[in-house]
Amino acid sequence: MQRKGLDDNIEKLKNEMLIMGSKVEKAIENSIDALKKQDIELAKKIMKSDDQIDNYELELEEMCTRLIATQQPVAHDLRTVIVISKLATDLERVGDHASNIAKMVIKIGKEPLIKPLIDIPRMNDIVIYRLRESLKAFIEQDVELAHKIAKEDEEVDLLDEQILRELLTFMMEEPSTIRQATSLIFISRFLERIGDHATNICERVIYMSTGDWDISY
Amino acid sequence: MSENVKIEIKDLNFYYDDFQALKNINMKIAENEITALIGPSGCGKSTFLRVINRMNDLIDHTKVKGEVIIDGQNLYSSEIDVVELRKKVGMVFQQPNPFPKTIFDNIAYGPKIHGEKNKNNLEQIVEESLRGAALWGEVKNRLYQPALDLSGGQQQRLCIARALAVKPEILLMDEPASALDPVATAKIEELMADLAKNYTIVIVTHSMQQAARVSNETGFFLMGEVIEYGETGKIFENPNDQRTEDYITGRFG
Repeated sequence: MQRKGLDDNIEKLKNEMLIMGSKVEKAIENSIDALKKQDIELAKKIMKSDDQIDNYELELEEMCTRLIATQQPVAHDLRTVIVISKLATDLERVGDHASNIAKMVIKIGKEPLIKPLIDIPRMNDIVIYRLRESLKAFIEQDVELAHKIAKEDEEVDLLDEQILRELLTFMMEEPSTIRQATSLIFISRFLERIGDHATNICERVIYMSTGDWDISY
Repeated sequence: MSENVKIEIKDLNFYYDDFQALKNINMKIAENEITALIGPSGCGKSTFLRVINRMNDLIDHTKVKGEVIIDGQNLYSSEIDVVELRKKVGMVFQQPNPFPKTIFDNIAYGPKIHGEKNKNNLEQIVEESLRGAALWGEVKNRLYQPALDLSGGQQQRLCIARALAVKPEILLMDEPASALDPVATAKIEELMADLAKNYTIVIVTHSMQQAARVSNETGFFLMGEVIEYGETGKIFENPNDQRTEDYITGRFG
């Protein structure tokens, strides 16, 4: 077995994945930024750049497949390659959600917001933090951090529910807000889904490091 | 592991003069399964294989301590008939080693020295053995030609047929495919899976991928010790011992 070839390739995979991770992170950040500033142009740009994220996924998948075919990794190496291929899918889905948020921003357009944005940016901060930390746990193979970040998903779920409740009261009181409130509910739900992907990443990191699945989160 | 233990090894130690080649080995090898033994050169896996049919008896200055129990009988007790034992435990080696005789005589040789003289019976044994080794179709019309005219892969299957002819219960294989091309290797591996329905197979292999592909259980040997022994999928996905991981991922040394 060509140990050096395998190590080099796994290193390359990790790097590619981190680049993809930072692009995805940027996309979420931009999407909420576009919402805050009601910046239609930025929203359009995010939707366009999703293709680039999709390409990263394809490229990573292909690299993983080739590595398995040519180097036959086993044990920790094998788990790493499998996990990277899964993470690529998670990140691609996160990219899709950022793009979905951008779509909602375009839908809301320039009409005045029915209420100041408080919980959605807060949710956004938590979600980005969790995504970043989950990738850090991957790179550093930090099982403890993965457990910690996986647990924090509850906070995001609670915010999502709170946002839903709040917007429901708006809609009941004033039916003309329904259109925009629905878009905001969608955005909140997209952020919540991104949080779920961060949890997935944590679970996969735990598997990669320990060989055992812990899907209690 | 299946419920029935075919071979049980208890506190086995083995010495070549002063050199201890096997240290305190305890293993239970399941019936009708394939057990692969892996480990770097000189780790004791081939010595271990030869302990199971007392082949080491032929080497001077060797000493065995401990028990190897097959079907409840200790191989190293004084009452054991070594010839009967070797009939029960067949062996296939790295290099195909047919006798310089016809295909038929290669297979009939074992049964003959065990006393089978009836020609019809011998013919039947030859056909059954060749079928068992997935070689019958290729050689049925040339049974009386020299076995050495066969290809390497065919010769190896002939050797398996020769081992099957004395109706063993256990097949020991010492790197049976290492001298073969990938097509012949695939045939041997397929054959092993088939044979495992009726035989208990123990294979020594240097190919990690082969061990992973063919075996139910894998034992990792290192410097005369069994470091880890367990279900093959587990060993290759998530071994317990760091030394096993280092070896199978090529980090060793």
